[in-house]
Amino acid sequence: MPETTDILNALVLFGNFVFMPALSYGSQLALGALGVTLLFGILRFANFAHGDTMAFGAMVAVLVTWWLQSLGVSLGPLPTALLALPVAILATSLLVLLFDKYVYRYYRKQKSPPVMLAIVSVGVMFMTNAIVRFIIGPDDQRFSDGQKFLVRARDFKEATGLNEGIAIKTSSVITIVVTVVVVVALFWFLNRSKTGKAMRAFSDNEDLALLSGVNPDRIVLITWLITAALATIAGVLYGLDKSFKPFTYFQMLLPIFAAAIVGGIGQPVGAILGGYIIAFSELAVTYAYKKFFRYLLPEGSEPDSLVQLLSTDYKFAVSFIILVVVLLVRPTGIVKGKVI
Amino acid sequence: MNHGLRATLAFTFMAAMLLAVGFGQSWNLALAILNLCLISAVMSLGVNIQWGYAGLFNAGVMAFTALGGLAAVLISVAPVPEAWAAGGLNMGLAVLIIAATVALIYVLRKSLPGGALRKLITAIIVIASLYLLRKFYSPGVEAIEAVNPAKTGYLGGLGMPIVLAWLIGGLFAAAVAWIIGKVSLGLRADYLAIATLGISEIVIAIIKNEDWLARGVKNVSGLKRPVPYEYNLQNSQWFIDLVEKISASKLAALTDPAAKQAALQQLVIESSSIFVKLSYSVLFTVVLLIILWFCTRALNSPWGRMMRAIRDNEEAANAMGKDVTGRHLQVFVLGCAVLGIAGAMLTTLDGQFTPASYQPLRYTFLIWVMVIVGGSGNNLGAVLGGFLIWFTWIEAEPASLFLMELITAPMAEGNAIREHLLESAPHLRLFLMGLVLLLVLRFSPGGLLPERVRHV
Repeated sequence: MPETTDILNALVLFGNFVFMPALSYGSQLALGALGVTLLFGILRFANFAHGDTMAFGAMVAVLVTWWLQSLGVSLGPLPTALLALPVAILATSLLVLLFDKYVYRYYRKQKSPPVMLAIVSVGVMFMTNAIVRFIIGPDDQRFSDGQKFLVRARDFKEATGLNEGIAIKTSSVITIVVTVVVVVALFWFLNRSKTGKAMRAFSDNEDLALLSGVNPDRIVLITWLITAALATIAGVLYGLDKSFKPFTYFQMLLPIFAAAIVGGIGQPVGAILGGYIIAFSELAVTYAYKKFFRYLLPEGSEPDSLVQLLSTDYKFAVSFIILVVVLLVRPTGIVKGKVI
Repeated sequence: MNHGLRATLAFTFMAAMLLAVGFGQSWNLALAILNLCLISAVMSLGVNIQWGYAGLFNAGVMAFTALGGLAAVLISVAPVPEAWAAGGLNMGLAVLIIAATVALIYVLRKSLPGGALRKLITAIIVIASLYLLRKFYSPGVEAIEAVNPAKTGYLGGLGMPIVLAWLIGGLFAAAVAWIIGKVSLGLRADYLAIATLGISEIVIAIIKNEDWLARGVKNVSGLKRPVPYEYNLQNSQWFIDLVEKISASKLAALTDPAAKQAALQQLVIESSSIFVKLSYSVLFTVVLLIILWFCTRALNSPWGRMMRAIRDNEEAANAMGKDVTGRHLQVFVLGCAVLGIAGAMLTTLDGQFTPASYQPLRYTFLIWVMVIVGGSGNNLGAVLGGFLIWFTWIEAEPASLFLMELITAPMAEGNAIREHLLESAPHLRLFLMGLVLLLVLRFSPGGLLPERVRHV
């Protein structure tokens, strides 16, 4: 039998390398998937430009952060990017509203099939991508500042006397706190406010909602505003956690879509659930468990390989496999959504 | 304007543009653009089969072209016997294990009734076989990648002519497409798009990371060619004679024999490069024409009418007894096969396989712009789109740089904004492509050569 400290060490190891990163990555995915799923629910199409919208929002935040830094403004231990967030949300809202007015609106009035709108969103994706690359370039940019760690691994080890430590990054805590606040606010809005109820009614049955006097233009406007805010927040949080690079945001499309489908398309609760499921599976499957088992298994029977199910290069495969399994077994997703 | 005239005019315009590049810049460049135009046209036909005939949104074009490229490597490269000796047995066993697992699950699904028990047994078999697979696979991979890693480090190919790979590349792509289609067709229309987006990331990740297969990001270069090498041409008497004969008038103007010899040598070097590109053009044109012929026949057949009926009203077609999901699967696999062929041709032309170069904007969404701008549902339109958009894509880079230089001309040398604008100019063409796509979708949804439906 392993000793209690060994079990604790193993748990701390797991918490540090799988649980904590998955929690913050999952929150970022959940925020992204919420935006996708709301658009699915209200405007009824898969928005391929969502990743690049996130990149645009994050880019504005990066630029404003740099400007604030040059002025000497800072939030102390917190990253300056939080101050830039409102500006970034405003700019992204403006961008998506412009695209809606000049691009999507026409197809909505025409009652084009969803797949047509998806293709239109590819054109929007190209343009947003070009704007981002034109302004900030295709390279990696760092913009996080403030205190990097809330709890350092060394301090944790000293305080507890364990071999392993948990390092708690400020960005992870911010991610989780912001996600909780945003999600609570969003659900309050959707379930309690009049506009939110109208949105849900519109998503459920468009004709009936229209008959009841719901103003579709207002619904669409608010949906876009929420989507832009969610995309920007997700993009900035991801950028703070890792770094800002336009192409990685495009690559996040797949896990985000997968999260939305796994949870049940058009279902906000499902999107959050899906985000965490994807993130946890991705990290749990690509983590090398060698050290973990060394604590738990009796001496002499430790594994000699890395005990890694899948190399990290294949993290996309995880979301894809989950997506395929869901499509095969339960196409409606976990929370039973609409299959239009 | 009637359709025939419109098509003739459009293609004449395209030819004139290419000729203009030939006269204005260089023939080498014009032919290089032409070759990629031809390949783009084949890709565009592939996407047109899926989108134009059936309304399927394939967001993973990149994966299927990459599979074609992989086929080019696996078919044409000489085998590496040392690697086979080192890890061949393990790899063979790994393949056997996969095959056995698939067979076992298949038998299981046939013989056991559905339910929790069957799911449990399936899961156990999958996990057990994964465990077993690692036992053979990992040492096999290590052994293979250890064989002369700077030069080989992979199993190599079959050492067969590379043109054969064009066919095999189509088969590779079709096989993967069948699996994807099986899973995601018959559900919401966008699910196929998302599933293909996923498979494209995974195929590229596998090709990049499985070094034993095609050396991953270390690239395989120096692929065999279906056409002669420049160097051999420059040393062949018949080719020198040919060049001498063609440019006799130019050479006659030179009186000094030494100068004449030097001029001839220069001409031979230039012409050899042109000759090679021209040979590729001929090969690609033949492939394009064959595929175009099949496409046209298919579209005008009862099968084509059925596909259009399904596309325009799935429910009605279903009510008429058409197997909508089955036909969608068929058309998806066919389209992907064409994409695989084009991918193999592209790798053949490049002479090397570079997995890192596969970017979704260039290999997936640009092809979409081609189809939509050219005219979805119209094969000639798709071909035209392939030519026009590839040409624009290439020429937009110098054009946007020129534009930026014009805009920034009044600014001082070394001005930060000026430097930034000049540096970012190449990204403008992405913007242009998005804009063109949106404009065509909005104001001329049929594309330049819209679909033509003959009512009988």
